[in-house]
Amino acid sequence: MSEKKTDRRDFLFTATYAVGAVGVAATIWPMIDQMNPDASVKALASTEVDVSSVNPGKTITVLWRGKPVFIRRRTQDEIAEAKSVSLQDLKHPEKDEDRAKNPEWLVMLGVCTHLGCVPLDQKGDYNGWFCPCHGSHYDISGRIRKGPAPTNMEIPKYEFVNANTIKIG
Amino acid sequence: MSDHQYTPKSKFGKWFNDRLPLLTLANHLTDYPTPKNLNYWWTFGGILTFCLITQIVTGLVLAMHYIAHADMAFDSVEHIMRDVNYGWLIRYIHANGASMFFLAVYIHIFRSLFYGSYKAPREIIWIIGIIIYLLMMAAAFMGYVLPWGQMSFWGATVITNLFSAIPLVGEGIVTWLWGGYSVDNPTLTRFFTLHYLIPFLILGLVVLHIWALHVPGNNNPVGIDIQKPSKDTVPFHPYIVIKDGFALLMFIIVFAFFVFYTPNILGHADNYIEANPLVTPAHIVPEWYLLPFYAILRSVPDKLLGVIAMLSAIFILAALPWLDTSKIRSAVFRPLYRQFYWILVADVLILGYVGAMPAEGLYLLIARVATAYYFLHFLVVLPILGFKEKTLPIPLSITEPILGGSPNLAAAKNKESLDIK
Amino acid sequence: MKNFLGIFTLTALLLGFQLNSYAAEKVEYLKTDWSFKGLFGKFDRAALQRGYQVYTEVCSSCHSMKYLSYRNLAEKGGPEFSEAQAKAIAASFEVKDGPNADGDMFTRPGKLSDKFVMPYENVKAAQAANGGAYPPDMSVLVKARGGGVDYIYSLLQGYEDPPAGVKLDEGVYYNKYMYGNKIKMSNQLSDGLVEYGDGTNATVEQMSKDVTTFLMWAAEPHLESRHRMGFKAIVYLIILTILVYFSMKRIWSRIETKV
Repeated sequence: MSEKKTDRRDFLFTATYAVGAVGVAATIWPMIDQMNPDASVKALASTEVDVSSVNPGKTITVLWRGKPVFIRRRTQDEIAEAKSVSLQDLKHPEKDEDRAKNPEWLVMLGVCTHLGCVPLDQKGDYNGWFCPCHGSHYDISGRIRKGPAPTNMEIPKYEFVNANTIKIG
Repeated sequence: MSDHQYTPKSKFGKWFNDRLPLLTLANHLTDYPTPKNLNYWWTFGGILTFCLITQIVTGLVLAMHYIAHADMAFDSVEHIMRDVNYGWLIRYIHANGASMFFLAVYIHIFRSLFYGSYKAPREIIWIIGIIIYLLMMAAAFMGYVLPWGQMSFWGATVITNLFSAIPLVGEGIVTWLWGGYSVDNPTLTRFFTLHYLIPFLILGLVVLHIWALHVPGNNNPVGIDIQKPSKDTVPFHPYIVIKDGFALLMFIIVFAFFVFYTPNILGHADNYIEANPLVTPAHIVPEWYLLPFYAILRSVPDKLLGVIAMLSAIFILAALPWLDTSKIRSAVFRPLYRQFYWILVADVLILGYVGAMPAEGLYLLIARVATAYYFLHFLVVLPILGFKEKTLPIPLSITEPILGGSPNLAAAKNKESLDIK
Repeated sequence: MKNFLGIFTLTALLLGFQLNSYAAEKVEYLKTDWSFKGLFGKFDRAALQRGYQVYTEVCSSCHSMKYLSYRNLAEKGGPEFSEAQAKAIAASFEVKDGPNADGDMFTRPGKLSDKFVMPYENVKAAQAANGGAYPPDMSVLVKARGGGVDYIYSLLQGYEDPPAGVKLDEGVYYNKYMYGNKIKMSNQLSDGLVEYGDGTNATVEQMSKDVTTFLMWAAEPHLESRHRMGFKAIVYLIILTILVYFSMKRIWSRIETKV
């Protein structure tokens, strides 16, 4: 008899605690979620770039989602060099064809995959990019060749709207 | 502060507690002997703590998105309301939270007035409470300026201009407050800074308020001194915690109703119009919780005297422990005081009502009578009442009027152990 | 306990009553049934879409809505145009952008992320074009007027010939719901002014209702989720309160004192 009574008491207190905990969790969530990107930030997903004035062998840098995007018009020599690299020599093996759909244009997020600095153009041991912060060397396809960065520089989603315009995002 | 020595059971606990006695403090708070006859009016202390924490947390969140600049403040508030995830919810909680905070603080103050909680030996608790109340008004006023709507702007203009009533230096002080020749961007940024600071000052004072409370212990509806701990008290945890929790939940239901269903009813429509220094709204009305003081201010025809009257109405409360000469605390045993108490409640409500109405004709007359009575209550009625009033016989212990018998503490302990099992 | 509850409720009611009593001017507004009022109130999608049409075709030549973006038109809880429709709406507006690589400003078709295009560059330009009166931005207009939706709804239908003895200046009109009865906006609505795509008869009353609904949504875009969340929150709170109440009874029963 007394045992049964105890059970019911336990149930009441446990239920109260459990229901209370659900409410606390539900209250905390908005306070956390408010720090995520808001609706206006999410809406600014894409940007269009006119690349008609970029000559071969030149890079332009544009801002997309607050980060630099490198758009390089590569020379035939650079394309040949990028394609000639054996995948075995790469820390993060990726074919150049997969990184630049149109081999003349390399569109890539200009952010070092180590800790987020912006690498310098046409510097380093591989004629590509060199990150001055901690010495990561990238080749002309933006692939990591030497240094602490773990992966190749990221390729954003992009498309050619027409021959002269690239839409990023 | 410690009524008895506490030794933690675990070895680490003991090691830690010898260096920083947090466990002793926690033990003091849970075991704190509380009069067991506290009624629901006593739960507003806990409710106010909840209000303060809610305002601080939601305020911190809003500060992450708000921009304190005259050109962007209004836009950033709309950004919060539209785009920030749950921004509308957090802002409505903060805006209505201010009103709920004042609702609770007024109940808390009037509870204290009814049961004589301000009397010896609790004068310091009371005075700290008045300071907290003043800071709350300052924080609420400055917070209302931040959305930079028409009421924000003109409210700030009117209230800061009160200081111009000070002879000689008034104009200089107002210019200094503004950081310019009118309420403008410098005013907004400094109000934001102070609005951010004050809640933490309040938090510190709340700690002192509770500390000072824990020295003599709680007053109670009977208003007599009790032995602690004794058969008249219960440990704070779980008895008072669960009771405060129950009352808090009912309070939150009312709060939630405002937030979710009538979030703008306590505000003023004009504050959704961006501040415009060229146009004053037709009626400038402060938030409801400041209306009684606003009525007092307007009831005095002289500028300086009006300001003095308004400030005195608040500061007179600090002198209350000495103005009330009665030895009996609780109004339960003071038949005459009880009647005057309810007249005062009505008086303050009337002041609040006429504060919202235009200052003319009958309203002005009522405001003047009510203002006069307000001061009369504290300066004349209370001191005389203490000597003249024939009070009812007071009981010797709490248990006497409530139960007519002593509670069986041994039985309670026994039941408690059953519950925990 | 009973005493406490009674007084507490009374205070809350008094508070609400007192606020209500001074919130609005004492004018009897025209009444209509708003779908978004009440505990479960939701917007009427079709009315919102029609209201948007009235706004674009009638109001937007003078009134800006600077806090709204075209993407809002496709968002949940709003008019809920399809994404393709919203994109088409956005693209039908010319948006000023720039500077481009040459440092020049240029115009391009609008995108979802763009704010509603404003009819005037700034407040001064708006005043200059409207005889000194600034047509207020309508993003939060409903919340910025004491009578709210009822006021706007009535105002749109409140144009009358001035009573005898009231003299009106040039460019000032008589409206029985306007504060002071004098308004600088002429009567904008007339039966059949717009042609609704869904075949609804565009009477003045219908258009007033639709555009006011649209303005309500514009001012309170999260109203639907607020109502939904509020209902859940209050049901939850009541359940928890009941649980805590019985826990409290149980705990206090240990010392046999009434709570």
